[in-house]
Amino acid sequence: MQRSRFLYCLLFLSLALTTVKADDVEQQIKQIKQVQKEGQGNQAASQAVQQLSQADAAALIPILNSFAEANPLAVNWLCGAFEAVASNAIEQKQLPVDKLEAFVLDKSKHPRARRLAYETLIKVDPEATDRIIPGMINDASVTLRRDAVQRLIDEAKSLEKAGKKDEAKQIYQQALSGATDDDQVKAIVKPLRALGEKIDLQKHFGFLSNWKIIGPFDNTGRKGYDTAYAPEEQLDFAAAVEGKDGMVSWKSVNTEDDYGIFDIAKEISPYKEAVMYCAADFYSPDEQSLEIRLGTPNAWKIWVNGKLLFARNEYHRGMVMDQYSVPVTFKPGKNIILLKLCQNEQTESWAQRYQFQLRIARPSGTGVLSEKPEATTQLSR
Amino acid sequence: MKYISIQLLIPLLAVSLCCGADWPQFRGPLTNNVSLADAPPGKVDQGSIAWTADLEGRGASGPIVVGDKVFLTSTTGFKQDQLHVLCFDLKSGKQLWDRQFWATGRTQCHNKMCVATPTPASDGQRVFATFSSNDVVCLDLDGNLLWVRGLSHDYPNASNSLGMASSPIVVGETLIVPVENDDDSFTTGLDVKTGIARWKIQRPRVANWTSPAILKASPEAEPLVLLQSSEGVDAIYPQTGETAWQYEDGAGRIPSTTVGENTLFVPSNGLTALTPGSSSEPPKVLWSEQKLSPATASPLVYQKKVFTVNRAGVLTCASPQTGEVIWRLRLKGPFSATPIAAANHLYLISEKGLLQVVQLGEEQGEVTGEVDLKETILATPAIADDSLFLRSDQHLWKISSR
Repeated sequence: MQRSRFLYCLLFLSLALTTVKADDVEQQIKQIKQVQKEGQGNQAASQAVQQLSQADAAALIPILNSFAEANPLAVNWLCGAFEAVASNAIEQKQLPVDKLEAFVLDKSKHPRARRLAYETLIKVDPEATDRIIPGMINDASVTLRRDAVQRLIDEAKSLEKAGKKDEAKQIYQQALSGATDDDQVKAIVKPLRALGEKIDLQKHFGFLSNWKIIGPFDNTGRKGYDTAYAPEEQLDFAAAVEGKDGMVSWKSVNTEDDYGIFDIAKEISPYKEAVMYCAADFYSPDEQSLEIRLGTPNAWKIWVNGKLLFARNEYHRGMVMDQYSVPVTFKPGKNIILLKLCQNEQTESWAQRYQFQLRIARPSGTGVLSEKPEATTQLSR
Repeated sequence: MKYISIQLLIPLLAVSLCCGADWPQFRGPLTNNVSLADAPPGKVDQGSIAWTADLEGRGASGPIVVGDKVFLTSTTGFKQDQLHVLCFDLKSGKQLWDRQFWATGRTQCHNKMCVATPTPASDGQRVFATFSSNDVVCLDLDGNLLWVRGLSHDYPNASNSLGMASSPIVVGETLIVPVENDDDSFTTGLDVKTGIARWKIQRPRVANWTSPAILKASPEAEPLVLLQSSEGVDAIYPQTGETAWQYEDGAGRIPSTTVGENTLFVPSNGLTALTPGSSSEPPKVLWSEQKLSPATASPLVYQKKVFTVNRAGVLTCASPQTGEVIWRLRLKGPFSATPIAAANHLYLISEKGLLQVVQLGEEQGEVTGEVDLKETILATPAIADDSLFLRSDQHLWKISSR
């Protein structure tokens, strides 16, 4: 009887200790998630992360769950704690592999937490890759999806090599449906086109190809960047306004470039010390949080529906697709995107580029099209 | 004259002894590319490779060494947005830990460099890793996270489309992090314990890939940090960020200022030798010499000589007092990594991965050995444990005497 009592007491104490530990973990996570810009909350978070890093393997899933609604800084603090705990758990052979795999497969979880869980899991179970990755072709996690696309590219290449062209084509098409990274898209599109397929890359990536454009305005001494010319004051596509070399008015232009590049220097004029404004409509079926992804070697500012989203005063440091990602919330219906593009005075051969490419994408990189076909889009007057 | 030399040597030795044989940051304990305590092999060949560790992803940052551990940064992912801090055992090359973080700033880079280009730094207790995304991570030596900052997350226009390369340095309780670029350009001094800014100063709005150097003009003098930019060199107090003095005749934006013989050697008007200034007196130009203009690699001062490497891969040895060329030696370049020195030898690693060891003589230098690592190497190596530590994207090597 006394022995039973003792065992009950022991059980109770053990449960109580587990609860205390779980409460501690929750408290530490809560503290970490309070970090903000400019080191706010760092001191308390630093203590919490050091304590959390000593937790046992039971803390792993709660840490991963806590990525939800954590800001990007807090996510990194949580990554640090997770990896310290996971590293100990691997050493002690206590990694909860089943729970980690279930977490990776749960698409409602934070994409970066799922990637971290996946990379931890395959350290002890490399075969998990074959179970998990094939199902990730349209996943919200950029990196899991990329791995799935790569498997399909490799499979299609093998089929193509074996002369099975139809099967290869089918697999390439499947790969393209999930591909957003340019290197993979290129690796898919080249053989697909060689196999006779027509692919609209502008549509695939969500590039805007029809624009209205006006200019040049003066950018002597790079002062045009901070000068608000008429299009910034009022967007009237019918008006003629004073430009750098006389009156200027809006013109419709479009690009057929696969990557939506509109080359001002080539298609209009190789202006120097100039400002051009470019405008396009984007129709959204409902309110959507997306990204404007811009590539340009020129200084720029961007507005949506009259609100300045971002500005970057940098010239000729290269241009690549998705060079800048600007978060945006589109309202339902028509949204007007206004891009200000500045060219400077530099005379070097590499400083003559005056161009841009702009697409709308989800944070995962998947292109999003305007609800109305762009060809029929009319800019407001 | 001799007395002055000894007086200047004391603080160097003191720091060297205090840090042991560590190589705690870019260009070593004193940011001057020199190891006083170690003697890596003077003659090397393919058999000098003590161990090789495999790496993943990309990395142009140099290794650092603290105690019996080698620390390194790298990135993985198509967008190089997975940031890694790695730790290896100095003796065996076994990977001890790998901690991963996500970039919160832009990860776009020129193809030649990568997001893991800045070399990490350590104060002996902590490792500080910075990346082109301007994320700053502080870990203890066992891989436990102490704090994180995301400087581009905080200041979204602090970035460079070609990539950021400046390495941080630690002086006392302050981590100096340059974030100099065409737009929101600044350098900040972070508290090593919390990552909270002690100070943040605006800097010239021009892309800048140089790294800070430490100047300790005399044993009693407070150390100053030299920040180089297109406008020249600013000597600042590490605790406050306040300016002590300035050199305003312009300077390069890739090779960095080096201190030796109580003189600054600034990549400016070729190469310019400066006496340190003070709050009451600006620095004095001793000489400027176009023939000594460095390419990507920073200048080196060693054994009372100044060395630079030009675009053609020619190593030039000159007098630090006059700038007069003493000898030249054509090496197999090109070079991105800065030459390092120990035990009467210079160690230069070419971009093609060819390590060349140059024995120094009064009238000439002589190549005494080569090791072909056969991979692209841009990172400046480290010296510790009487060995060299070099890294490419794919490998970390230790080169020792057999």
